[in-house]
Amino acid sequence: MKFLVYLLVGTFFGIVMTKSEAVSWFRIQEMFRFESFHMYGIIGVAVVVGGIFVALLKRFNIHALDGTDLHLRPKAHTYRRYIYGGILFGLGWAMTGACPGPLFTLLGHGIWTILIVIASAVWGTFVYGMLRSRLPH
Amino acid sequence: MDVITQPWHWAVSGFLIAVTMLALLLLGKEFGVSSNLRTMCTLLGAGRRSDFFRIDWRAQTWNLVFAAGAVLGGFIATTWLASPEPVAISAGTTFYLQSVGINYPEGAGFVPAELYDLGKMIYPGHLLFLVVGGFLIGFGTRWAGGCTSGHAISGLANLQLPSLVAVVGFFIGGLLMTWLILPFLLPLLTA
Repeated sequence: MKFLVYLLVGTFFGIVMTKSEAVSWFRIQEMFRFESFHMYGIIGVAVVVGGIFVALLKRFNIHALDGTDLHLRPKAHTYRRYIYGGILFGLGWAMTGACPGPLFTLLGHGIWTILIVIASAVWGTFVYGMLRSRLPH
Repeated sequence: MDVITQPWHWAVSGFLIAVTMLALLLLGKEFGVSSNLRTMCTLLGAGRRSDFFRIDWRAQTWNLVFAAGAVLGGFIATTWLASPEPVAISAGTTFYLQSVGINYPEGAGFVPAELYDLGKMIYPGHLLFLVVGGFLIGFGTRWAGGCTSGHAISGLANLQLPSLVAVVGFFIGGLLMTWLILPFLLPLLTA
């Protein structure tokens, strides 16, 4: 029962991803070709509104509903992992037209071949874990 | 009902993504979908091979349930809330995609049939395209420590400079693929 709320939030997110068309391979191509403002509008508004939410949560020292501290941990200040990892993810994002959220949402659309992409993404994560100590971070 | 079934305005969509992040923060969690890929490795026994996967997956159950919800949400949105109109891609993108063999989507058309149809998977090139794309997503997101939700939304909203670096990386990779590789690769796949 305690997981029901996460199912509901996830379902809400899946509906938003679909109706916003952020799950569309075509929208991602359009974004990287700078031929529409649509995706920039979505991400821009999400960041600005999200930033206002986070600032208000901090300003009024809001805790999570169970009384614990909010998960707003600072990211480690190294940079190589972010640029190298980021570039590899960007290459995959433009190929498949999907980042991890839409990968799951597209499965709900009945795009069965997305299972190939999900399985490969799990494999890629595994290979990263095996090579981690030898990669720059 | 029309207000819901028609494609949503980007400002509404962006706002609702921020609400998703806020809901998870107030539940004591963080908005980051790619972490699920690591948890799946752990569930498949990867902890036997690397410390990186020796995590308490039970603490991540909420996120797997969230991902299951994202699947369910996709089903609900296409089954009961589907727009009668195809995705309204700009004329420039449509024209370019046709020139590389990708046709304008019919119906809901969120992914090109030329790349994602089950029948195409008998061709090694098509299969490899999806495998390589997925591999890069998994390897890249974990190396960068997050994806669009963890860095571009959660990280930037929390003013994290490393997240900005990651997002710049996402765009370098996306632009390289879109401008230098796909214009040559897509015609080979769609010929």
